[in-house]
Amino acid sequence: MRYARVLGIFWRSALLAESEYRLNFLIAALSSIGGAAGTLFTMWLLFAGRGNLSGWAWPEALVVLGIFLMLDGLIASVLQPNLSRIVGLVQQGTLDFVLLKPMDSQFWVSLRNISLWGIPNLLIGIGLLIYGRAHVAGSVGTLWLAPVALALAAGTVYSLWFCIASTTIWFTKVWNATEVLRMMMEAGKYPLAVYPRGWQIALTFVLPVAFFTTVPAEMILGKRPWEWLWLAGGLMLVLLLASRWFWRYALRYYTGASA
Amino acid sequence: MRLLLYRARTLLGVNYSLMTEYRAEVCLWVLAGIMPFIMMGVWMQASQDGSFGLNAVDFARYFLVTFIVRQLTVIWVIWEFEYQVVEGKLSPFLLQPMDPAWRFLAAHLGEQLARLPFWVLLVGLFFYLYPQAWWVPSGYGVMLFIPALLLTYILRFLIQYTLAMLCFWLERASAVETLWFMPYMFLSGMAVPLSLFPEAVRTVVMWTPFPYMVYVPVQMLLNPGQVNVPLSFAVMGLWIVGFWLLNRWLWRLGLRQYSGMGG
Repeated sequence: MRYARVLGIFWRSALLAESEYRLNFLIAALSSIGGAAGTLFTMWLLFAGRGNLSGWAWPEALVVLGIFLMLDGLIASVLQPNLSRIVGLVQQGTLDFVLLKPMDSQFWVSLRNISLWGIPNLLIGIGLLIYGRAHVAGSVGTLWLAPVALALAAGTVYSLWFCIASTTIWFTKVWNATEVLRMMMEAGKYPLAVYPRGWQIALTFVLPVAFFTTVPAEMILGKRPWEWLWLAGGLMLVLLLASRWFWRYALRYYTGASA
Repeated sequence: MRLLLYRARTLLGVNYSLMTEYRAEVCLWVLAGIMPFIMMGVWMQASQDGSFGLNAVDFARYFLVTFIVRQLTVIWVIWEFEYQVVEGKLSPFLLQPMDPAWRFLAAHLGEQLARLPFWVLLVGLFFYLYPQAWWVPSGYGVMLFIPALLLTYILRFLIQYTLAMLCFWLERASAVETLWFMPYMFLSGMAVPLSLFPEAVRTVVMWTPFPYMVYVPVQMLLNPGQVNVPLSFAVMGLWIVGFWLLNRWLWRLGLRQYSGMGG
């Protein structure tokens, strides 16, 4: 409860600061629209008039893209503005002040800020998801799954992102590590089945992009039984706990500003 | 002339040493450019039923060369410039009897050298995993590729350096780069070989600077017959001249603004 109140205060102040840069929001909206249009155009060329691509019909592929854009929006709004700051906190030693606060430090570094940059992508994603699902022919899965599956995917993305960002404690200049992750996430724009075998293995086991977009989409579309939620939930929980453990472990190596 | 050579050598040496300090980060920068490999997978799989007139090996080579071109033409001057303007670090450079652009260019070339071993390694790994894609490019192709690549580099640097001039007026000019990246990603040939675009779209796009950043140099190496060589070089030259003039104009205008900010 206390944390919810603090979060409200955090985000209100962050949004106030953000409202200083209204032009940024316009730029974000324009680049989101451009990005979505470009991806749709690319996908249309990929389909090349065929009814389906590796078993995925056009509206079904739109659902995957919708989920990708929603996650990307969340990353831009919540993860990027917070986790990119860890570098600065460590370099300048101001992480000391965070650790001294009577509050969970992981909570603070993960949720202190919020930005509006991701909102356009989030909205476009929701739109594509709804449009795609409404146009799928034949049997489709239950709708209540959608928010649950998406929340699990978001949790998984967060945990992985946070682990990478935690490595800053050792390397300080690791800003680009999360950028690499973001580039690899691009692979989640398309259903896993449109990749050759080798790529599929890498995208499932090396970097679980499959669990970010394809698996939730399959559950929402009824292509996969809803019981898969347990697996997705289990994966998220394991990664979330791992991220907590990893943060604590990393903090042991943090020597502070004075050392 | 000797002084010029001496300056160039010193600047390059300093910047190369500086970048080798950040080896781990440079390695990550290389990895951040793996997007062509993602698209390679998608197109190789989609081409299996022969819908595109290009087979899996064609796509593999296309996107491999795309990766190489992207690595060789990585430009980040706008972030550096923004930092220097916002922090006021540009001022001491303005006192030197040398345009700061050369300093930025030298930093880029130094980073380019530091990055080289990492992407060469990745290319090697690719051929090891997928030996069918191995080929020796034609001499004619290489002869066209090298000048095209050089012009691509100049064009990319000039465009981003021109956008960077907006730092004098906007605080976050790198946001403009994010916006610029969108058409670059989809119209340059990085996501789709432009030969698959509908004819009308391609005709229009070929007049923009985007295809000359990826598609045209790649095709010059792979199939020079696919592009109109003299016209391509002419269009590239025109864009370079245009952006160069715009750049110098904005630079002069911006400096007045900048000194106003300091004073």
